[in-house]
Amino acid sequence: MLLIEGGRVIDPKSRRDETGSLLLSDGKVKEFLPGDPPKGFAGEVIHAGGKWVVPGLIDMHVHLREPGYEWKEDIRSGTAAAAGGGFTSVACMANTKPVNDHPEITRHILEKARRDGAANVFPVAAVTLGLEGKEMVNFSELAEAGAVAFSDDGKPVASPLLMRRALEYARPFGFLILVHPEDHDLAEGGSAHEGWTAQKLGIPGIPAVAEEVAIARDILLARQTGGRLHLQHISTRMGVDLLRMAKRAGLNVTGETAPQYFTLTDAALEGYDTNAKMNPPLRDEDDRMAILEGIQDGTIDAVACDHAPHEEYVKRCEFVAAANGIIGLQSSLALTLALLAGGKVAPARVVDLLSAAPARILSLKGKGSLAPGADADVTVIDPDREWTFGPEEILSKSRNSPFLGWKFRGRAVATICGGSVRHSTLPGVSSHA
Amino acid sequence: MEWRRRHVLGLYDFRPEEIEFVVDTARSMEEVLTRDIKKVPALRGKTVVNLFFEASTRTRTSFEMAGKRLSADVVNFSSSTSSITKGETLLDTARNIEAMKPSVIVIRHAASGAPHFLSRHVSCSIVNAGDGANEHPTQGLLDLYTILKAKGSVAGRKIAIVGDILHSRVVRSDLHSLGKMGAKLWLCGPATLLPREMGRTGATLTCDIREAVKDADVVIMLRIQLERQKTAYFPSLREYSRMYGLNRSVFSLAKEDAVIMHPGPINRGIELSDDLADCGNSLVLRQVESGVAVRMAILYLLAGGSHAAH
Repeated sequence: MLLIEGGRVIDPKSRRDETGSLLLSDGKVKEFLPGDPPKGFAGEVIHAGGKWVVPGLIDMHVHLREPGYEWKEDIRSGTAAAAGGGFTSVACMANTKPVNDHPEITRHILEKARRDGAANVFPVAAVTLGLEGKEMVNFSELAEAGAVAFSDDGKPVASPLLMRRALEYARPFGFLILVHPEDHDLAEGGSAHEGWTAQKLGIPGIPAVAEEVAIARDILLARQTGGRLHLQHISTRMGVDLLRMAKRAGLNVTGETAPQYFTLTDAALEGYDTNAKMNPPLRDEDDRMAILEGIQDGTIDAVACDHAPHEEYVKRCEFVAAANGIIGLQSSLALTLALLAGGKVAPARVVDLLSAAPARILSLKGKGSLAPGADADVTVIDPDREWTFGPEEILSKSRNSPFLGWKFRGRAVATICGGSVRHSTLPGVSSHA
Repeated sequence: MEWRRRHVLGLYDFRPEEIEFVVDTARSMEEVLTRDIKKVPALRGKTVVNLFFEASTRTRTSFEMAGKRLSADVVNFSSSTSSITKGETLLDTARNIEAMKPSVIVIRHAASGAPHFLSRHVSCSIVNAGDGANEHPTQGLLDLYTILKAKGSVAGRKIAIVGDILHSRVVRSDLHSLGKMGAKLWLCGPATLLPREMGRTGATLTCDIREAVKDADVVIMLRIQLERQKTAYFPSLREYSRMYGLNRSVFSLAKEDAVIMHPGPINRGIELSDDLADCGNSLVLRQVESGVAVRMAILYLLAGGSHAAH
């Protein structure tokens, strides 16, 4: 039994935003007790006065690098970073080595996660064998093994025909396909957003249209097939517009963005900073504004950080040679909380973006909610805590972040997974596995 | 003016007075080149390493000549294998060379920003001899120097640069060297090789070579990389030459005393007609001459003299 008392409980799925206490028992949410905390409670207590108590955060787009790239990250370190950043669940992409295109790999990831994980791990399997874009994986076997969705993230399915078939085949089973929208031909050879900064620095560009063409294509294929489509890390204005249009047309399409795309622009590349290199690339200010608008009007459903750990030396090199991607699990919440400033979004919307929406999109049972009977995954957030994202904070094996040294306001002070505390900076609260 | 730079990575952050200072220094260097004994002891005991990861004969030779005229020991290190795919190699190579205590590393590399990257990791001076599509600062300076010698001034003059603007590091340095001295710059090329963002530099963009060349004081033709055609930036070399090559008929639109420049090597008959390349208005060989003087100036400012930074 664990009582989280006196906090502001924000649970958009139950339409709750009020002060009270939350009682957890046997790995589940037992009940919400409004008003003053109950007196004489015998079990463990977390005092959450002045804090937010929200359903455990879910990042639906991370790379845990295990199996195959354990020097960058593994399930233990990746989930530790997740818990440190307030995330109780992560969905990990399939570009491991071997690729997660076989039930054995899916089961292996889940087993490791059960043993080493500080957070729940939901594997996303590949759409095509070996991410090669040639043959479909065995969807049903993988789903039975525990894959929650399918994605060729990083190496998007180039063939429109194969994409059509995948969406069409998956439809009757309700399988969700996540796409990294990028037209390989249009993007080829590029290392940065095709715009003024790339021109100035002489870096080959990745045009916005490389993302937009792919988004348009896959939305049209979803329309044709009725398949379930989710757009990953949307970074462009027209990308947001296309998703908005698809939703208005009643299509079963959702989308996510990452904090870097509403926080930074390609100006961060000045000086050839390889920690600002990622794919999709940081875009321009107009795109950034469009991402914010998409979050505000609900076009963009979820925020996911695309946590992509890399060892130092693949970033310590010439810009065009550097690896793509940044770590994000420990900065994602703070960067999303920054949207509260100026009333751009409400607290409940932040919780929706980072918990309820990903649970809904991935159909994660018992997640993303604090209703009685839901899993006892809870994040306690101090929205006013000021802190600096220094290297000593990093729980990931890698340090590739453009946000190192940034001063943040707001952080997760306790991460509770299945009723046990996995990370806490609250005095007197210790974490245990 | 006091020279405070340790590296010459690009002209993007050069102030106009710094550019003038280099030009003035190059003038005194050129005087050395007119002497019977074309050598001064300014860099005696200093070592200059030419670290070239891309094939280049004239730039490397020019730097080598410049170093030797100043009595520096010049070592050439060429690697045809691009290190783009193995980033650590570049840093390792540079650190190995640095361990041999050179004063200056002159680097040419296919990756934009490679010299900037090295400058953060080594203690000697770095001179950018061309990095990807970013900059070629000594080319920008020698182009300015050549025009100043021929025309006396650049301020207010119409200078057209024609060709593959997208991939050209020469353009990105000329925009600074000529632009900061007040030239009216026109950039011209096929639309696929003329990024619209370049308009933000203040240059005028056009896809019509006649418009670019009309009343120009200087026409700088860029080398078209023959392999670009394979990636379909334009239909064929024949079409390119017809639309964007400089010939007598187009050049007649320029000012009477207009001059032609080209960073070399020239694809004769493609971007520049054979007769124009060798005509009296062509400054191509003067550019090569200026190159040695300008590079002497840069090496001297970085590694020798009372203004040297270290």
